[in-house]
Amino acid sequence: MEHFPILSAITFLPLLGVLIILSIKGEKEIVERNARNAALLTTVATFLFSLVLWFSFDKTTAEFQFIEQADWLGGGIQYKMGIDGISVLFVLLTTFIMPICILCGWDTIKTRVKEYMIAFLLLECFMIGVFCSLDLVMFYVFFEAGLIPMFLIIGVWGGDNRVYAAYKLFLYTLLGSVLMLVAMLYMYGVAGTTDIPTLMQTDFAPHAQIWLFLAFFASFAVKMPMWPVHTWLPDAHVQAPTAGSVILAGILLKMGGYGFLRFSLPMFPIASMELAWLIYTLSCVAIVYTSLVALRQTDMKKLIAYSSVAHMGFVTIGIFAFNVQGIEGSIIVMLAHGFVASALFLCVAVVYDRLHTRDIDRYGGLVNIMPRYALVFMFFTMASVGLPGTANFVGEVLVLVGIFKVSTWTAAIALTGVILGAAYMLYLYRRVVFGELTKDDLKDMLDLDKREILIFTPLVIFTLWMGVYPTTFLDFIHVSVENLTAQHEASMAAYHATIETIEDAAQAVTGH
Amino acid sequence: MTELFPNLAIAYGEIFLSVGAMALLMVGVFKKDSVNMVSWLAVVFMAITLFLTVSISGEQAFTFNNMFVADGFTTFMKILVLVASALAVIMSREFFKLEGDDRFEFPVLLVLSTIGMMVMVSANDLMTLYMGIELQSLALYVLAAFKRDSERSTEAGLKYFVLGALSSGILLYGCSLVYGFIGSTNFSSIASAISNLDQAPVGAVVGLVFVLAGLAFKVSAVPFHMWTPDVYEGSQTPVTAFFAVAPKVAALALLARTLYVPFADMSGSWQQVIIFMSVASMILGSFAAIMQTNIKRLMAYSSIGHIGFALLGLVAGNAEGLRGVMIYMAIYLVMNVGTFVCIMSMRRKEDGMVEDINDLSGLGQNHPAMALALSIFMFSLAGIPPLAGFFAKWYVIVPIVNAGLFTLATIAVLASVVGAYYYLRIVKLMYFDAPAEEFVEQKSYPMKIIATLSAVLVLAFIIPQISSPVLNSAEAAAQKLSQD
Repeated sequence: MEHFPILSAITFLPLLGVLIILSIKGEKEIVERNARNAALLTTVATFLFSLVLWFSFDKTTAEFQFIEQADWLGGGIQYKMGIDGISVLFVLLTTFIMPICILCGWDTIKTRVKEYMIAFLLLECFMIGVFCSLDLVMFYVFFEAGLIPMFLIIGVWGGDNRVYAAYKLFLYTLLGSVLMLVAMLYMYGVAGTTDIPTLMQTDFAPHAQIWLFLAFFASFAVKMPMWPVHTWLPDAHVQAPTAGSVILAGILLKMGGYGFLRFSLPMFPIASMELAWLIYTLSCVAIVYTSLVALRQTDMKKLIAYSSVAHMGFVTIGIFAFNVQGIEGSIIVMLAHGFVASALFLCVAVVYDRLHTRDIDRYGGLVNIMPRYALVFMFFTMASVGLPGTANFVGEVLVLVGIFKVSTWTAAIALTGVILGAAYMLYLYRRVVFGELTKDDLKDMLDLDKREILIFTPLVIFTLWMGVYPTTFLDFIHVSVENLTAQHEASMAAYHATIETIEDAAQAVTGH
Repeated sequence: MTELFPNLAIAYGEIFLSVGAMALLMVGVFKKDSVNMVSWLAVVFMAITLFLTVSISGEQAFTFNNMFVADGFTTFMKILVLVASALAVIMSREFFKLEGDDRFEFPVLLVLSTIGMMVMVSANDLMTLYMGIELQSLALYVLAAFKRDSERSTEAGLKYFVLGALSSGILLYGCSLVYGFIGSTNFSSIASAISNLDQAPVGAVVGLVFVLAGLAFKVSAVPFHMWTPDVYEGSQTPVTAFFAVAPKVAALALLARTLYVPFADMSGSWQQVIIFMSVASMILGSFAAIMQTNIKRLMAYSSIGHIGFALLGLVAGNAEGLRGVMIYMAIYLVMNVGTFVCIMSMRRKEDGMVEDINDLSGLGQNHPAMALALSIFMFSLAGIPPLAGFFAKWYVIVPIVNAGLFTLATIAVLASVVGAYYYLRIVKLMYFDAPAEEFVEQKSYPMKIIATLSAVLVLAFIIPQISSPVLNSAEAAAQKLSQD
């Protein structure tokens, strides 16, 4: 099948931007201006390009589409790209969030602008690569490579404690990933190939599946992040520059969920089933515990970071419900979180840019002088709480419906998370926006300017669109998810059948 | 089978280089101020040797009563050795021009030790093995102590000499035990003798362990690594740059052949020894480097760790593992050469050469190009994809996992995470910290070219057109060697 290599084009287009920025020379001011423009242009072009996927994606098949294949390292390791219903929306989410990231660092980044833009473009290339790869080695390469720009983004342009946060992010993630690497090598040895569609059809022995699952789990759980390996996230979020936080919350966290859907569930169905209790427990603890922790935060970014961990708890629960509603819900929660959490970090950035503090106590009564800001902030607070009509509501309801069929207790505990979520978000909003405007330094703060409105508008539109008419998005994922659950059920049926035969045989032996 | 007249063709490279070394010595002695000429001539000679080596490569061939072998494996390793040595000579020019003490003996000694390494790579007999090692080592001892009036340098030379002599003694003792119990020093005869026995005699096993200990000293694998940090630190930087690559490649090639050819049927005996050395090297390499502040010491521990990784490939004992080792050494060469060019560029106006890693602070602002190159090398040494260092690790861990040694593979990847910490520390210093005093701008074009080329190769290894020649030739050579 010969066609234009659209996925490679989208993935590597940002690298073209990197080359352009590298070639800019001249006076500092001109270089910086041109670097910003080039980065914005590249990301917008990538987004427009990726819209081709939106329009020409075939929603009626669960097969991989836009497949590209070429020789790479030999020995069953290929260059292979392709997307299905599970990955297509993540690719679009990435290309959509990137221009927003570039815009939000437009004025605030004043040092080493050129390098900053290069780091973000590299990161975009790697992130799109993760969602498009259909080869384990390629996936791992993109997955890990993203750490390098992220490390630099936090370390160079971050807050006071940036070095600690950057190290923690890097080493935590690397530690999880190398265990996954060993598992990948084992799979390579067994199957003789690293082709992901082939590996999905490969039956790994049940006892091996448990180990493989745990190794992959180590990587994805850190990336998600799940309790108790979530501690790098608040640090990274607090120290990262705003655009870094947006990328982190918007896209990088989704890689964990995507990994569970792409690898753990289809490749290790038995282990996924056997260890689902572990996921439920950790997720429930995450939802309740981090929600309570969020209540006590004094730093706005940290509060939102903890709320991210809680939302990701919903995602993992939904994935491991093993039914269509749960998995579709978790994908919707991930997408919605991509919009809403990104927007919340941007909301924090708006006031941080003006007052240079994220301390909640320093604010109060902002509604009196910043009405537009108060409106936007309220909208996203409500969206984060899961108000009907916003994207999060759709996702959370689907997840809860899905998990209720499987485990009532898990559903009950997860529901308390919704209530706690409302508590900490509204509490945050009350302290920052409502009340009398008593603090002097707040009095001359300006409301949202044009650039900020431009940033928030698309996020608001998508959050509402997904909340009011989610079918647009569900259409993309539905067939693939159905296929995923059907295959899962089939392999579970086969597994139970073999267990029964073994038990029968054992009885036959002991009975006589 | 005895030859009437030895087949010299397959040893043309070594013969040419030996004659060349003598000629260089003459030129150096009889012509005043000829250091520059001698050095560049040495590079030219090595290039010609490289050409000769490649041109005669083909089917496996023996000569000198089966004491000397040439095949795809030797060609591959000799290319690495020659490239590393030639680059070391080029790198030394800039250094000695600025530091003074510019003597023509340096390139001559370096060429002599290169000949030793080539003999080591081609050794097919315990005698050739020993001769190659000694030729190499004697030149290296002098190089380590090359700065006569420096206490550190002479200390390094002496330390290296005393410990080196000890290890040579151990090695010889091992060789004599093997000879005594097996009855031959020839690799092929040892191999057939052992395969005819039900069980290898205990004396031969002890001999093998002694031989391994002697070779482990040469590759600086734990527990025979003690000399490495001191010698790396004490020697002058171009000497360190040379030590870090070429001798390691040669000794590892020798180790591989010793394990794969004569003692292939005793893999049960040596496998545990290699596993221990590999694990201990990886762990020590990553943990001990954390506390280092001198960049040359840090690179010493880094090289110990990398040798641990390279040894992993040998553990598997099959063609796949050998291929991993070959790829590892090729990539290791590029990364290390690049790093040492950067280290040699750490020079201040008043202080001269500096070696403290804190001197690298803020390099990203003072010298963005050098910082970029050095961070590429650091990320690659840490094994982060998409850089070449990741693929080096990949190809040695694959055979380990295929052999079912999951614990070993897990220890290896965990050690690489610990190792990542200290490589990251250098990146952190360069990019996150406030700038220290600037270095003198690196003006030498050869240095710039070497650094740029290495960085580009490290980045571009992911492109199949770049990596496939290395991957394919390593695979072919490894297949051949492990079949015998």
